[in-house]
Amino acid sequence: MSGLAAETLPLAVGGALGGLARALLSGWVTRLGDGVLPWGTLAVNLSGALLAGLGLGLAERGTLPPQGAAVLLGGVLGAYTTVSSLALQTLTLAESGRRRAALGFLLAHAGLGLPLAAVGQRLAELLDG
Amino acid sequence: MAERPAVLAAIAVGSALGGLARALLAGAAPTAPPWGLLLVNALGSLAIGAYHELTRPGGRFDHPPVLRHFVMGGLLGGFTSFSLVSIEALRLAGGGAAAGVLFLLASTASWLAAAALGLRLARPLRRPPGGRG
Repeated sequence: MSGLAAETLPLAVGGALGGLARALLSGWVTRLGDGVLPWGTLAVNLSGALLAGLGLGLAERGTLPPQGAAVLLGGVLGAYTTVSSLALQTLTLAESGRRRAALGFLLAHAGLGLPLAAVGQRLAELLDG
Repeated sequence: MAERPAVLAAIAVGSALGGLARALLAGAAPTAPPWGLLLVNALGSLAIGAYHELTRPGGRFDHPPVLRHFVMGGLLGGFTSFSLVSIEALRLAGGGAAAGVLFLLASTASWLAAAALGLRLARPLRRPPGGRG
C-alpha cells in the first residue's frame, strides 16, 4: 500500500464510522427528546468533545501513538461531531421565533465543549495512572 | 422510526469524503494556530445554509431525502467538526484562558455568520411561486 493510501484509508474509514455513529445516536436522542432543542446534535457534540479531550490526553501521554491519535481525533471524532448542523439548527430556531432556545442551544455548545474536553484530558491522566 | 439503511450508508460515505476534505484543508492532526479549522467550519456552515435554502420545500431544487442526508449529514457533517474546536480551544487555553475563549467566540460567530450568509445568498434563487423550475 502506498504511503498516501496508508494515511488516507484509515481516515476515511474512521470518518465513515464517526458519521454513522452520529446519525444513529443523534436520531435516537432526537426521538427520545421533547423537540424543544435539537438534542441529538447537542448529545453527539458534547460527547465528542469529552472523547476528543480523552484522546488528546492519551496522545499527550504517549499511550496513544500519533497515527492512532490522527485517526481517532481527525477521522472518527472529527466526523462524529458537526458544526454545520449546529449553525443551521440555531438559525432555524431563531427564524421560527424561538430565540431563547436558539441562544441556549448555541451557549450550551460554546460553554460546555471546552470544559468537557478538559474533563476528558483529566480522565486520560487517571486512566493512565 | 429508525434510520433507513440507505440513509445511514449515504451519511457514512458522505462523512468519509467530508472528513478527508477537512484533513486536506485543515491537516489530519491539529495545528496551531488553527486557521484551517476555522476556515473549514465556516465553509461548511456557509454550504449548509445555501444547500438547505436551495433544497427546502419550495426551493430551487427538488432533492430526494437520501441526497439531502448525503450532503448535509454526510459531506458537511463529516467536513465540519465540533470536537476538534473543543480540543483546539483547550490547547489554546493552556497558554492562557483568554486565547481559548477568544477562539471559541470567533468560531461560534463565524459559523452563524457563514450559515446566515449561505441562506441569504441562496434565497434569491428560490423558485417563483407557480413559475417554472
